[in-house]
Amino acid sequence: MGRKLLIHNDHIPNIHTLAVYRANGGYASVEKALKTMQPDQVTDEVKKSGLRGRGGAGFPTGMKWSFLAKPEGVPRYLVCNADESEPGTFKDRYLMEKIPHALIEGMITSSFALGAKTSYIYIRGEYFYVARIVEAAIAEAYAAGWLGKNILGTDFSHDCYVQVGGGAYICGEETALLESLEGKRGNPRIKPPFPAVAGLWGCPTVVNNVETIAAVVPIVNMGGEEYAKIGVGKSTGTKLISASGHINKPGVYEIELGITVEDFIYSDEYCGGIRNGKKLKAIVAGGSSVPILPAALAITTAKGEPRLMTYESLSDGGFLTGTMLGSGGFIAMDEDTSIVKNLFTFSRFYHHESCGQCSPCREGTGWMEKILQKFLNGTANESDVDLLWDIQSKIEGKTICPLGEAAAWPVAAAIRHFKHEFIEIAQKKKFVDISHYDRLNKLVKA
Amino acid sequence: MSSQVHGAQKFDQAKRAETVFSEDAMKTVQTIISHYPPEKIKSALLPVLHLAQAEFGGWLSPETMDYVASILKIRPVEVFEVASFYTMYNLKPMGKCVLEVCQTSSCWLNGAEDIVKYIEKKLNIKVGETTKDGMFSLKVAECLGSCGTSPMLQCGASYHENLTYEKVDAILETYKTEGKLRSYTDLDYKNTL
Repeated sequence: MGRKLLIHNDHIPNIHTLAVYRANGGYASVEKALKTMQPDQVTDEVKKSGLRGRGGAGFPTGMKWSFLAKPEGVPRYLVCNADESEPGTFKDRYLMEKIPHALIEGMITSSFALGAKTSYIYIRGEYFYVARIVEAAIAEAYAAGWLGKNILGTDFSHDCYVQVGGGAYICGEETALLESLEGKRGNPRIKPPFPAVAGLWGCPTVVNNVETIAAVVPIVNMGGEEYAKIGVGKSTGTKLISASGHINKPGVYEIELGITVEDFIYSDEYCGGIRNGKKLKAIVAGGSSVPILPAALAITTAKGEPRLMTYESLSDGGFLTGTMLGSGGFIAMDEDTSIVKNLFTFSRFYHHESCGQCSPCREGTGWMEKILQKFLNGTANESDVDLLWDIQSKIEGKTICPLGEAAAWPVAAAIRHFKHEFIEIAQKKKFVDISHYDRLNKLVKA
Repeated sequence: MSSQVHGAQKFDQAKRAETVFSEDAMKTVQTIISHYPPEKIKSALLPVLHLAQAEFGGWLSPETMDYVASILKIRPVEVFEVASFYTMYNLKPMGKCVLEVCQTSSCWLNGAEDIVKYIEKKLNIKVGETTKDGMFSLKVAECLGSCGTSPMLQCGASYHENLTYEKVDAILETYKTEGKLRSYTDLDYKNTL
């Protein structure tokens, strides 16, 4: 069994309440930090831990914190990015719903390190009921004195609020999130200035993912060096993986970074293998935007080494033969899956979610969806594969925010590894649509 | 000032005069506003719009948007540009229960398309339409974060997961019997995680 630091208590009844959470060691990191540490010492522990942003980009959290500008007399903010919308990702929802106090504890400890008197948890609007759960937990924390004025009798005072979004994937991009938090359309800002200098209402702001903030709790409790002993190389600690698709046991798993992809897919501790005895065809390892990998390259790298669930191993071979850990949204597809149709669902998604600010993304995502639609309705030609490749190459790197890349990469990877499927459909002029429902539920009715 | 929010809908001065939050809703609005610095209350716009949509019939009419603008002391067009950007705000009247079926990758892999077809047949409407009795609207949605429990649909605050045709039957029956407007801000949410 791998070590668990974030959701190890998720099986305890009523762990969402303050009383039960506290009885199981909750809020110890707040006590330790506020009573025995200086803010910079907390940041140092996070640096030593090697923790990397768990939202998808994997940027070192301690470094992000150290960039925070600290001008006199200007408020600083911590904003939690709970706008979880990357297709295939549902770990933050699980964490907030099951153990909301883990996030709130992390918010207090992190805010102490950053000198933030106010913090906001921006939760995607569709998770309204999750926001209710987090709000209830915040109310409990206020009543018990973990939030509010002079926490634990120290000089540190802190307020934490929940803000719900309105339904827009783009608000997961940190500057779009800040715009949305200011009551505007979620259009990403041009950087620099980065939020660390000019973020929420122009003040220095740190934006971190839910899981990142929750991970600060064990880091402070056990010390950064201890935390860094878990994992492999620069992939330290544990990571929540959202597993879905054609696997026997979909769900949220906390893994020690460094287990093999094969183990994750086939062992009973995790996904439990592919459903209905089918063979694995491909995986998307880190949310919809990372390149898809065919089964062989998912299990073993191009060099022939076993592929590990780490930032480095998953990206081994670059985009030619590798992918990314991303948000940890792990989607497995069985042998009967159409890669073209799956890609179509991704491209439709990105077209729908493009904010419309930059032309390459606004127009390009729509063109890609339309061309993929041609494959599905039997009007595509072989030249459309080249056209698709051409369009994706003209989006990547030419937009304000990374949604452009996120839309381009899955298209590029699908063509790179599964070009024959596109060609076959174009030549036969026929797309065979299977019913996944009937196939999986075996409830075929006349 | 009011003339700025028209969109496709006609602005009705008489209806605008009637558009006022209940006392309870107004208290909630004040609480939301208190979360932000006094000069930054525009930040309350998204949550207040959710509340307004729930209070005023499940959609945001020009009158409702104008009213929200007056509360937050911003221009009506600032409300409209936000309401038209985010997918959760309805700019036209909808059925009492808006069924939003997720259609992105993991849900598709587990049969979301079949669920959509099943609902279309059962309610005799297409995606984007509302039943004649005004009870149900059917929409498709992009990833709702329920990939491990797919296929799924959201109705108001409730997540209905691991859907089968039988489950869909039961959900529709329950909602029809209850016969009430379902909003994102409902407290009696259901979830199956």
